[in-house]
Amino acid sequence: MNKITEFFARTQKQWIASGFIIIAVLLGVFVWQNTQKGALHPFRLGLDLSGGSRLVYKADVTKLPANDINESMASIRDIIDRRVNSFGVSEPIIATETSSFGEEANKYRLSVELPGITDVNQAIETIGKTPILEFKTEDPKFDKVKYNALIETFKKSDNKDMKTLSALMSMSPYVGTDLTGKYLKRAQVQFDQTNTSFGVKPIIGLEFNDVGKQKFADITKANIGKTVAIFLDGQAISTPVVQTEITDGNAIITGSFSVKEAKELVGRLNSGALPVPISLMTTETIGPALGADATNASTNAGIIAFIAICIFLIIYYRFTGVLAAVALIFYGLIMLTLFILIPITLTASGIAAFIISLGIAVDANILISERIKEEINSGRTVYDAVREGFVRAWTSIRDANFNSLIAGAVLFFFGTTVIKGFAVVFILGTVVSMFSAITVCRYFMLSVAPHGEVTKSKRWLYGAGFTKFY
Amino acid sequence: MISGILLVSSFGVLIAKGLNYGIEFTGGTLIEVSYDKKPDAKEVANQLTAIQYMNHIQESGDMKLIIKGDEINELNQKSVTDALKLDGLKETILKQDSIGSSMSSELKTKSLYSILLVILGVIIFLTYAFRSVSYPVKSWKYGIIAVITLLHDIMIPVGVYVIMGLEIDTLFIVGILSILGLSLNDTIVVFDRIRESLTIAKAGTKNMTQDEFEVIVGTSLYQTISRSLNTTVVLIIALVSLLVWGPASVFNLVFVLLIGMIVGTYSSIFVASPLLTFVSNMNRDSVKK
Repeated sequence: MNKITEFFARTQKQWIASGFIIIAVLLGVFVWQNTQKGALHPFRLGLDLSGGSRLVYKADVTKLPANDINESMASIRDIIDRRVNSFGVSEPIIATETSSFGEEANKYRLSVELPGITDVNQAIETIGKTPILEFKTEDPKFDKVKYNALIETFKKSDNKDMKTLSALMSMSPYVGTDLTGKYLKRAQVQFDQTNTSFGVKPIIGLEFNDVGKQKFADITKANIGKTVAIFLDGQAISTPVVQTEITDGNAIITGSFSVKEAKELVGRLNSGALPVPISLMTTETIGPALGADATNASTNAGIIAFIAICIFLIIYYRFTGVLAAVALIFYGLIMLTLFILIPITLTASGIAAFIISLGIAVDANILISERIKEEINSGRTVYDAVREGFVRAWTSIRDANFNSLIAGAVLFFFGTTVIKGFAVVFILGTVVSMFSAITVCRYFMLSVAPHGEVTKSKRWLYGAGFTKFY
Repeated sequence: MISGILLVSSFGVLIAKGLNYGIEFTGGTLIEVSYDKKPDAKEVANQLTAIQYMNHIQESGDMKLIIKGDEINELNQKSVTDALKLDGLKETILKQDSIGSSMSSELKTKSLYSILLVILGVIIFLTYAFRSVSYPVKSWKYGIIAVITLLHDIMIPVGVYVIMGLEIDTLFIVGILSILGLSLNDTIVVFDRIRESLTIAKAGTKNMTQDEFEVIVGTSLYQTISRSLNTTVVLIIALVSLLVWGPASVFNLVFVLLIGMIVGTYSSIFVASPLLTFVSNMNRDSVKK
């Protein structure tokens, strides 16, 4: 190549290399800003880093016709989403999962992630509660005398006699009917228009569907002058006396609730019974203290690993090592930016995958550096050696990384959030590392590679290893 | 030779002692509780047994207890949490994991399938990638040899875990799968160099003598050795850093990878290539006969 072509080839590369440096600086600033408090795009942390709970429920879809399943799962998802949101959880993640392996090919599952909620009991209660609405009538067989006697005994024992208590609990003045929340069309908060000295009281209006309307009419007709008790979740919330037969399917629950309580009750009634019964399969809870520890530890390990790797690269591979370290910084920045932008939820295993991927990214650079060393030794100019090095190393890099991708893909489909977190970063890392090594590093190297004879100093700069070993 | 011994002993120990499955594979619950004063483990154990909750308690440091027990579901969650309370002490649940047994048996199946899948993928991929140099060793044999090397790489960490009695959980499986991916890199780089040398030497013809083949294999090894070692060094740096400074939750993953990487590099050099020449020798003998 004559001098002028050489000059242009190199200058063009230098422009591109400088472009990369500017991009790197911009990315660096972007990432740095987002690690500060109140950042616009903070890193998303998984449960094991931020603390929280994850509950996995199994949904029993055996009683549903096949084409209803997806719809039912979607509506369960929505119902639980509402319940969790009303509870004030920030950014819950609720997802339906299907298991695709083995004999249990059609198990449907619901995974609920609640960041920040560490009281598992609380979580389960919020989610699992199916509000059960029942209408009960007076039980003619109820022995009121015995009941009162038991209450006296209980009071005399200072409310401590367990046996009496359980006997009391098994007696109920009411007996169930077949009118339940299943027939409820709608519940609404209304305001009692009658004047009281306390202002307007909230009441709950219930509207039944057609079948419910009929049942309600029957019940009220048969119980005029008697009490019909309204039970919610096993507790009587209202025991009105029936005045007349009610045929329009509307009922009113009065009580001493505040507006807030009334709204809550209505919300629960409306969110209805779950269309599919669910049972709890798995729980995972991480307290926030452990989570914060894990985050710090991961970050520290990452920084130390990064610095150690760079030092090694520079010592062993000298000048090419310096360039490889620069490419590594670039790689790191790209990955962090992708974490923010996509966004990817970081878990402890995800961060581990990131640190490991630093190693893989370097691997490509090492392959290239070794090649360059060989090419120089076989007599090429440094510039040509660098170019050839990249070309020759490509097949190795491609094949080796492809295998990593196979392993990564299998990990990704394997399932649980923990593993997925690892797999996503692993795959992303492999792909990005190919880019940073082949493209970025290449431009850097070509832009500074000298043409012309290989002098001793150049050989030293571009060589590698410890001279004795070589 | 050494690998042979290691391999056999790993296998033997595995059969003898069995794997120490963590709760993710057996089902059950693990609770980590910390108290503000030294807790009476026996007391907690009694309280748990009183509600008929099978349990096993370990003390961890002065103020913490690690409790392993049955599955927890909606029915017993509250009573278990209550049973952890001790008079006059404030307890904080640091961590609780509960896995239902159907979930855990599914995990076992998935793990096995995943490992098999990766192995299959490797064989297919290598057969395809090395199709241009099918002589003197058929390309699918490259795949099989790579797989044997990998199995060797996996068995040894498993053996170590059995001997040390460490717990097997999903992170362990993730580690194994990662080793399959990464250690393979090493082996492929060597094979790739062999492939390149074969192509240059205009090989792929049946006329290549055994000696010539062995020379190519040997040279390729020599050329790639420094690269293999360096990559492993870099990865080991990353892993050691994670082990020492990193979070405790990923310990299983990192430790498995560490053992696997070291073994893997060793195997790529001392197992894969000799096997290759051995196989081509076998081929030759059978052809002669």
